[in-house]
Amino acid sequence: MDRRDSIKSIMLGSIGFGVLLEGCSDGVSSEDVKKAISKFQYGRTEKELAYDKKLFSIQCFNNKEIKIITRLCNLILPPNEFGSIEDAEVPELIEFMAKDIPAYEAPIKEGLLILDEISKQKNSKVFIDCNDIEQMKILDQMAFPDPDISSSEQKEEVKWFSLMRNLTMTGYYTSKVGIDELGYVGNTPNVWDGVPQDVLDQYDLSYDKDWINKCVDQSKRNETAVWDDKGNLIS
Amino acid sequence: MQIKENPKEYDVIIVGSGAGGGMATKVLSEAGLSVAIVEAGPYYDPANPDQMTQMKWPYDSPRRGAGTTRPFGDYDQAYGGWDIEGEPYSQVGDTQFRWFRSRMLGGRTNHWGRISLRFGPDDFRKKSIDGLGEDWPITYDDIKPYYDKVDKLIGVFGSKENLPNDPDGFFLPPPKPRLHELFYIKGARKSNVKVMPSRLSILTKRINDDRGVCFYCRQCSRSCMAYADFSSGSCLIFPAQKSGGQIDMFVNAMVRTVTTNSEGKAKGVSYIDKTDKTEYKLKGKVVVLAASACSSARILLNSKSKQHPNGLGNSSDAVGKYLHDSTGGGRMAFIPDLIDRKIYNEDGVGGMHVYSPWWLDNKKLNFPRGYHIEVWGGMGAPSYGTGFNVNAFNKFFGIPVGGYGDVLRKDMRKYYGSIIGMDGRGESVAMKTNYCEIDPKQIDEFGVPTLRFNYKWSEHEVKQAEHMQNTFEEVIHNMGAIALGNKADKSSNFGLTKPGEIIHEVGTTRMGNDPKSSVVNEFEQLHDVSNVFVVDAGPFVSQADKNPTWTIMALAWRSSDYIIEQFKKQNF
Repeated sequence: MDRRDSIKSIMLGSIGFGVLLEGCSDGVSSEDVKKAISKFQYGRTEKELAYDKKLFSIQCFNNKEIKIITRLCNLILPPNEFGSIEDAEVPELIEFMAKDIPAYEAPIKEGLLILDEISKQKNSKVFIDCNDIEQMKILDQMAFPDPDISSSEQKEEVKWFSLMRNLTMTGYYTSKVGIDELGYVGNTPNVWDGVPQDVLDQYDLSYDKDWINKCVDQSKRNETAVWDDKGNLIS
Repeated sequence: MQIKENPKEYDVIIVGSGAGGGMATKVLSEAGLSVAIVEAGPYYDPANPDQMTQMKWPYDSPRRGAGTTRPFGDYDQAYGGWDIEGEPYSQVGDTQFRWFRSRMLGGRTNHWGRISLRFGPDDFRKKSIDGLGEDWPITYDDIKPYYDKVDKLIGVFGSKENLPNDPDGFFLPPPKPRLHELFYIKGARKSNVKVMPSRLSILTKRINDDRGVCFYCRQCSRSCMAYADFSSGSCLIFPAQKSGGQIDMFVNAMVRTVTTNSEGKAKGVSYIDKTDKTEYKLKGKVVVLAASACSSARILLNSKSKQHPNGLGNSSDAVGKYLHDSTGGGRMAFIPDLIDRKIYNEDGVGGMHVYSPWWLDNKKLNFPRGYHIEVWGGMGAPSYGTGFNVNAFNKFFGIPVGGYGDVLRKDMRKYYGSIIGMDGRGESVAMKTNYCEIDPKQIDEFGVPTLRFNYKWSEHEVKQAEHMQNTFEEVIHNMGAIALGNKADKSSNFGLTKPGEIIHEVGTTRMGNDPKSSVVNEFEQLHDVSNVFVVDAGPFVSQADKNPTWTIMALAWRSSDYIIEQFKKQNF
């Protein structure tokens, strides 16, 4: 798969089970696999559990690569009072996704090499050895896609950085700290009774009387439904 | 190969446990008949903590819920998808049919959208109206009492609207619209698109003591632990067991054929137990197929015998023919007014609170059949993909896209909950030339011959898809939003989905009075074999611009009543 193809398949989305993982090495200890797998309990089937185990038993990025990825993620989203990239386990997610969606693997690895090449040309040292200002100056070259052309037409390093930014953002905002920071307050039992009045006012909107009269009276939600012969609810 | 035969003879063997199989199980077992359910997947109960995905957070999954192992994400309750390892299917020519299967007790009812629409009077007589396809052998009046019973048994919210072709029922009250839905209402009305409360089988109010009331987590696709949405297991099969029905359940059991005797009557089924890959036989006086339209057709076509050389019930050669799925098209938009909106819990029910039923007259249009519009959006739970292209909308304001650092957190917050989407779901015209058949060259991992599909959309569907795109654009404009992406044009069939993608495949064992052109009669009984019935969406003559589930259940109930009557007359 050449880079263009691999990036294309990222855009096309996910790939199913059983895809060969090139370039990733096995050799993760069974203790570590057990530890990793037990962290996640989400109603998966036996087959899905076996697949997760397989992915956890493989190491995709070496320590050097993980170090660059972690630094990069921290530049993309610096730590704040809510938490950090490490709290959000973003590098772990990127490691997992590069195996779960194998089309991610080659472009991420190639991008890390390109990053070091650019860094060496500019600063005569690899990216991780650069100071904050030097690192940001490198990112400035690749962090701003041209909004007038399609994502496939962007420069390779721009595409790569966009991928890393996407993974970092999604990793952070699907973590506990990221969800807290965003302020999402759902996924909990509650009673929906319409848009708050101050929000309606803000947008100069109101509920139609006709419409709202048909809607549920939440004070009677636990009374068993009874209808007359014509289908009118009478309870 | 050794075949093991179970000595017990059941009154009824039901193949499949989704909407049709679940309803047949409930009605037939409660009439005192002994029932065997044969399900190709494992046992599943939405209240089982080991299988439950409801109320999980994205970080409970190592892929944060991404759609790698399940096409709609880790937490979607469908074991399977369009592609299942070991269970292939093939295509004729350049056909791109996509066949979604969910292998578990309850089948696809565990994850579906709960959109529970009755067909209207016109939906049973489309040929009389536009000359295309075929009329049903029944009318709305024949099925109406069963729709009423399904409403009361299972529960559906909605509102009385007195529309001629979207009949009212026994509704629970609908939930109030969310903010983005108020924007949709505004845009739709300005565009003269009818909009009203949606009709979903979710309990906004208690209907009995066995099932809970909706607690508004928006996760019906994960199947409700409180049984507050309709899934076949929680609403039909478990209650039937509870009321003392004689029900034996055979799970992980993939039916290969309906077995027949020397007179050509069915005597049971043969199935492969997936756990030991051994073939077993079950005996039954009646066989009810409810394996889903294409699976039931496959079983019939694979059930060849001296008496039925063309497959069981296929003297008409119509088994597998007239396959049709709903059409689909969609568009997303960005609502600038919703930038930096106040955050509160607006999860609501699992699906839209408002929708648009078909609102125009096809006689005045250049395509024969209608579509409805579904709406989505709002401040949903983050999941894998959230934060991708976080500030792409910056381009609408002439500010830089991309970047890094704290500016991204501001952008994340700024655009959160500002997207709205519309999906059209329409009726296609059933055609004999769209079909599934047995692929003579392929078997699945259980040794059962597989299906191959031949399907092409006609200009009717393409023109309908074009109309959808024009409607979306107008509504988006009228709600003050900015349409995203390029408008689908002719080169992409105006964004028309591939057949099978909407997962409403119907028509493969169609119903009719003439045994020469149809597979089953109005009671879903094979014309050729009186003790075999098909109660999934296979018997649908046409599909309407409505989702099929409510009609599957109403028909399955009606057919089950007929089966009971025939048992009483000792006809089996």
